Order: sequence, then C-alpha cells, then structure tokens
Amino acid sequence: MTSTTDTLHRQSSSSLAVQLSRFREIGIVAFLVIVIIVTVLLKPNFIQPINIRSILLWIPLLSVVAMGQMMVIITRGIDVSVGSILAFSGIVVGMIFRDFPEFNIYLGTLLGILLGAMLGAINGGLIAWLKVPPIITTLGTLSAYRGLVFIVSGGRQIDPNHVPTALIRWSQRGPFGIQWVPWVVIIAIVVALLTYAFLRFTKMGRNIYAIGGNPDAAKLRGISVESTTFVVYLITGGLAGLAGILYASRFGFVNPGETGVGFELTVIAAAIIGGTNIFGGSGTVLGVFLGCLLLGTISVALAVLGVASTWQLAVYGFVILLAVIVDGIIQRELQRATTGE
Amino acid sequence: MTENSSEMRTKGIDMAFGGVYVLKDIDFEIYPGEVHGLIGENGAGKSTLIKILAGVHQPKAGEIILRDEVVHVPNPHAAVDMGIAMIHQEPQTFPDLDVAENIFIGRQPMTDGLRRVDWSKMYGHAEEILNSLGVEFDPHTKVRVLSIADQQMVEMAGALSQNAQILFMDEPTAALTPTEVEDLFAIMNNLREQGTAIVFISHRLEEIFDICDRITVLRDGELIGERKPKDTTTDEIIHMMVGRPLSSLYERNVEQKIGEPVLEVKNLSRTQKFDDITFDVKAGEVVGLAGLVGAGRTDVARALFGALGIDSGTIRIDGEEVKITRPREALAYGLVYVPEDRQRNGLLMQMSIEKNMTLAVLERIAPNGWLNEKAENNIAQEYVKKLSIVLRNIRQPVRELSGGNQQKVVLSKWLLAEPRVMLMDEPTRGIDIGAKSEVHRLIGELAAEGMAILMISSELPEILAMSDRIIVMREGRISGHFTKEEATAERVIAAATGQVLEGA
Repeated sequence: MTSTTDTLHRQSSSSLAVQLSRFREIGIVAFLVIVIIVTVLLKPNFIQPINIRSILLWIPLLSVVAMGQMMVIITRGIDVSVGSILAFSGIVVGMIFRDFPEFNIYLGTLLGILLGAMLGAINGGLIAWLKVPPIITTLGTLSAYRGLVFIVSGGRQIDPNHVPTALIRWSQRGPFGIQWVPWVVIIAIVVALLTYAFLRFTKMGRNIYAIGGNPDAAKLRGISVESTTFVVYLITGGLAGLAGILYASRFGFVNPGETGVGFELTVIAAAIIGGTNIFGGSGTVLGVFLGCLLLGTISVALAVLGVASTWQLAVYGFVILLAVIVDGIIQRELQRATTGE
Repeated sequence: MTENSSEMRTKGIDMAFGGVYVLKDIDFEIYPGEVHGLIGENGAGKSTLIKILAGVHQPKAGEIILRDEVVHVPNPHAAVDMGIAMIHQEPQTFPDLDVAENIFIGRQPMTDGLRRVDWSKMYGHAEEILNSLGVEFDPHTKVRVLSIADQQMVEMAGALSQNAQILFMDEPTAALTPTEVEDLFAIMNNLREQGTAIVFISHRLEEIFDICDRITVLRDGELIGERKPKDTTTDEIIHMMVGRPLSSLYERNVEQKIGEPVLEVKNLSRTQKFDDITFDVKAGEVVGLAGLVGAGRTDVARALFGALGIDSGTIRIDGEEVKITRPREALAYGLVYVPEDRQRNGLLMQMSIEKNMTLAVLERIAPNGWLNEKAENNIAQEYVKKLSIVLRNIRQPVRELSGGNQQKVVLSKWLLAEPRVMLMDEPTRGIDIGAKSEVHRLIGELAAEGMAILMISSELPEILAMSDRIIVMREGRISGHFTKEEATAERVIAAATGQVLEGA
C-alpha cells in the first residue's frame, strides 16, 4: 500500500532509532566501564571482595526507591518527599523495635511499607484529584513528613543497640553462604524484578506509560489518569517505607535530622541517569538499576581513590548533567531520524 | 431517505459554547455502509457535531438515536463501547509505545490463570489487523518513528480492533500526501463494503465528491442540506457553504491612495511548505491571503519575517533586494509579522499592558540600559488612545483583557516599531464581533496612512470586505489572484479547494 521509497525510508529510520534507543543502556554500561578502568589504573587493587561488597551495599536503598521514582517520572511527575517518607517509616518502626524488642522484624518491615504507602497515598490524592502539581505537593510533604518525624520521635535518634541484630544481619550476611552478596541486595533485586513484571505484564503498568506519553489520548482510551497517578505515588511511598527499614539495617541507626535528608536528589539522579525521560513516557527497570550501580560505583571509587567525601556531591552533580545532556542529544537524534530532516 | 434504518441519527441537537450557539437544531443521519461527507466553512460546526456524537462534548439539547434507541454518550470511552470510534485530525497516539500497544492499550489480551498481558497474542492480533488494512509496518515499531499517515493507520487499526460500526473522521486527509490519501480511501471503501458507517470531514471538495455517498452541508451551525454527489455540482455545494449575505460589519470606507510596491516577493519556495510564490503589496494597500488551513499561508508569512528559511526566491523591500534570515533583520527593514496565536507568540499574559507594548522597542525607552518608566508610560498611553483599548489600568496584566483588546495590545506592540509592511495572521480570530469591526477600522486606517498590509484570514467575508486584492493559496501554491471587483465568495472558495467553476 505504501510506496517503496516510503517503506525504505521508514526501515532505515526505524533501525537507526532502534539503535539509538538501545544506546541509552549501552551508554550507562560504557560509563560504568570507564569509571572502573580509570579507578583500576590508578588503584590496581580496586577490584576485590570488600569493594564489590561496598558497591553492592550502596545499591539497595537507592534502587528500591528509584524504582518508584522512575514510575513517577514516567507519568510526568516527580516525588521529592521520598527521603522524608523513608525517615518516617524508619523512625516509627525503629521506635517499635526499641520499645518492644521482641517485635517480629518481618512484621516491622511490612508496617514500614504500609506507613510509607500511607504517606505516598496522601501525595497521590493531592496530585491526582486535587490537581496540585507534583513538585508543589511533594515539596510541601517533604517538609511536612520531616516535621512528623521530629514530632513522633521527639527529636531522639534510634540507637544501634535498639535496632534488632537480625535486621542488621540483612546487610551483613547473604543467602547460601555467599557472604559478599548481602540479603538487602537480594531484596533490591526482587523489588526490581517485581517492578519489571508490574510495568510489563499488568494493564495498570502499561497505563503508566500511556498517561505519561500522551495524557489526552489516554483519557480518550478510557484510562483513568487519576487512579493510575494515585497508585504510582502510593507504590513509591511504600517503596520509600521499605527503604526506611533497609536504612536501619544498613546503618544501624535512624536519626530524625539526618536519615534520608537530600536522598530524593540522589534517587532522581539515579532514575534520570538510568535513561528515564524527565518529560515522561519512557524509562526502564534495567536502565535505572544500572544508574544506581553507576552512582554506587562512582561513590566507592572516589572513596578508594582517597577523594574527600566533600567532592562526591559535586561529582554526582556533574554526572547528572552529563546524563541529561546525553539524553537531550539522543532525543534530538531520534527526532531527526524520525522526520528525516 | 427511505433506505434501511439508520445506524445513528440526531434529533434537534443544539450546542453552545459560552452562550454562543455553534449548532442549532441539527437532524443528522448516518446509514450503515455509507461514507457520509460533512462539509462547511471553518467554524460551521462540523467538528463540534461529531465530537458530540463521539462523546467528547455534551449537547445542550436534542437526542442521539443509536440503532433505534435513544442513547446518552457521556464520554469517548462509552462511545467506544457503543461501537463508535473517532479518527482525529492529529493522531492521538502514544509515541514511546509500539504499534501493537497503541492499538490495544487499555484492552490488552490477558493470559488465563495469572492474568498478565499476553504480548505474543497482542502482536499476533496486531499483525492480523494491520494486514487487513494492507499496511506493512511491524507491530513492534515505536509509533514515534512513523509518519502521520502511518500513525493514522494505527488509529484506524485501533478502531477496527474494537469492531467500530461507526467511524468519525475529522479531516483525516489534511496532513496526507496524494498517495497516502489514495491508500486511506481504499481502506475506507473496504470498510464501507463491510457495512461500517463513516462520517468524513474534509475541506477538499474533490475528495468529498470522490469518496462520499452523501454530503451534508453545515453553515454557521445550521444544517443547510443534504445531497447525493451524483445529483449535485460543486457549484451548488459551494453556494450552500457560503450562501449568506456578507455581513455589513466588514466595511472599509477609508479613502485610499495606492502607491508604489513596498513588498515584492518573487518565486519564493521552500520544500514541503510552499512553492513559487510571487506577489507584491503596495503602499496603502490591503492584500488578503485566502486559503484553507494548512495551505501554506502562515509559512509564507513566517518566511518573509525570517522565522522560516527559504530555499529559493527573492524578497524586495522598496525595490531593493533583501536577505532576511531572522526576525530581527525583518524588523530593521520595517517588516513585522503579527502571529495568529496571541497567547503563544504575541503576548506575555502575566505582564502589564504597558510592558507588553514596549517590549519590542525597549532601546527607545531605555537608551542607556536603564528603563525610563515615564517614557514607557507616555508611549503606552498614546497607543491606548490611538487604538481605543478598553482597560481599567495601564498596569493591569494583559490576561485580564478581552480577546479583542488583547489583539489591540499585540497590534500596538508592533505598530510601535513603526513598520512599513505588516503581515497579519488571522487578525480577528477568536475575538467578538464588536472588537472585530474595530480591528478592521484600524487596518483600514493603517493602510490609509500608507502602510502595506498582507492579511491572512480564513474568514471569507473578512477577506472579501477588507482586501484591495486577494491572493488564494492551495497546497503551497498560489491558485488564484483577484482584484476587489473580480472577487466573489464562490471564486475564492473554488480557488482554495481546487475546483473549476462552471461558466466562470
């Protein structure tokens, strides 16, 4: 039906576009390899179990929350309250462990997820039905939830001796005797796989991409933009709640004024470096997971190289900028390949 | 009509937006297995009518009868469940999703048991539907990389996958090439044979006569009549479309002295946009640029203003050849372009009236970098008086003004640059009738002062009443050129739609 030239043009542009869209994840991997090679050249003993373990330990907190953040960004939103949600869930569950030392840690974890989901639901409700812009909503709740953390805890930290030893072991021991892959990493991988399955195999998951890609068209197809948006923030809150428990496990304390402060920026950075389009509509679990791995690797590499921790923030900033610039170039190239101009 | 019973019909549909009636007492019928053409000028109410039938708008009064049953179509999704689908002028697709998902989003096939999206089944179904449409692209292709025509095919596939019995198509051919139009018609013929009822909106008369079994003409929100192509002529249809007395609002009784050509355009071309455009505008003259939406009129104006590059051709101002590659250069030659979309291109809505006015001439009121607010105020006051802008306070934000007064602020902004040539794109679109006649008076006065004016307008009465000469564009080329005396509504429409008038 279509003329030959049309078809030829379409094939060439689509294969080019396919290559370019694959480039995103290849780009992260390449970046990762460069970071590793440079570090190894400067510090030949970089690759050893203790450093790998450090990198792996970096991932769980970040990746668990970044999975939610990615979904939020796909719907053209943003959630900057995740750090406060994390702290709230960590502090409340931490206080329960402190006051009831026999409390089941799995029940505690579940409670942490539910508390986070509750706060996420407040975000989602404001954004989906009251139409408050996501950045305004979550900037508001960023402060409000942090305030709650102080009120509930009375400003007191949960000390290491109050965090159950079994919980701390999640960060120290791994399954089947593989000690350098701790349980928290396994949890992060399971969360990533579940997110993948949700986004790929459920209607709700596909609707998330649809409302981010073209909200008007989504409405015309009978997709409820409101309830989908609500669920996305609810899930993100739940994941931030889980991260609160992982925080307690990893660091052994929860501090009202420190835990999760500024965390939202790292999470957003991981999602964007992972190729999530800040304007919505696209993003992949694999990309975001690699984004987390990249940030973790950079952080450990900087420490191994003896770079002062004060520099790390600046380096993150540059990596984010680099990622956004690369993203912009890819978008432009895709556009060019599409229109043939 | 005494055919078998109608698929869908309406009884006495009324529709109003903000108190203005856009549809009055419409009785409209669609039969299975027919392509029904819906035609009328811009603003006649065609899109509004089908949007009501597809659940996008709710009518003020009247009934919709679907297969002998009075129905309420609360939203587009409910329409889909009733077997009603709509193909939009701009394809409503999801660019980052692939073809198969665009077809099935929201109703993907699910596996038994675990109830997860069955991708292989979905791609299989998509392939079947695409094959039945005779299109060749892979269902795995991301829609982003498809042409507009192919995206439309994806929408058609979506409609077919839901077994749509009624298909509304709102100017589906507007952005298509002739070959693509042929492909689309082949598919429409196929669907007609299978008994689908199709409503087809197009501005191109030849297409309407080509594909339609019946034609309904709307004008100013009223249903003027229904014809079969074999029983009518394009002349009759054009008469039905424009047959109103030209409103007396469009009067231009200013004594005019037409001088030397100020703007001369020769063989201006740009691939895919316009081709071989030649015309001139003289001092004191209003030249109307008529044509259908998408005929390339705005592109020509933007090219003259340096906002769109040209491939070949020359532009002369006052007899001297000029190269204009960016708007700043156009302004230096005394050529300004007043865009159609005031909100997006013309005004900063939150900013005050006076600040908007002086934005383009800041160097005049800020000679050494610091703003002279008194000079700014004086200039603004002068133009408020000159254009009789109705306002509360010159410092109030532009957003609070009516559409007509906003348009006057846009005009004063450009007049402050003291132009010799003004390109006006739809200067009265979306403003009320009173403000319209004031804008017309102003255009007349500016011409009388010796300005050369090129006015793009889709409103025929406005073009006919305001212009000293009329140029008509069709598909990127000039298809007609009339003096004020020669110009009639029928001739202009015929040139714009590519029809040859019998006996003309």
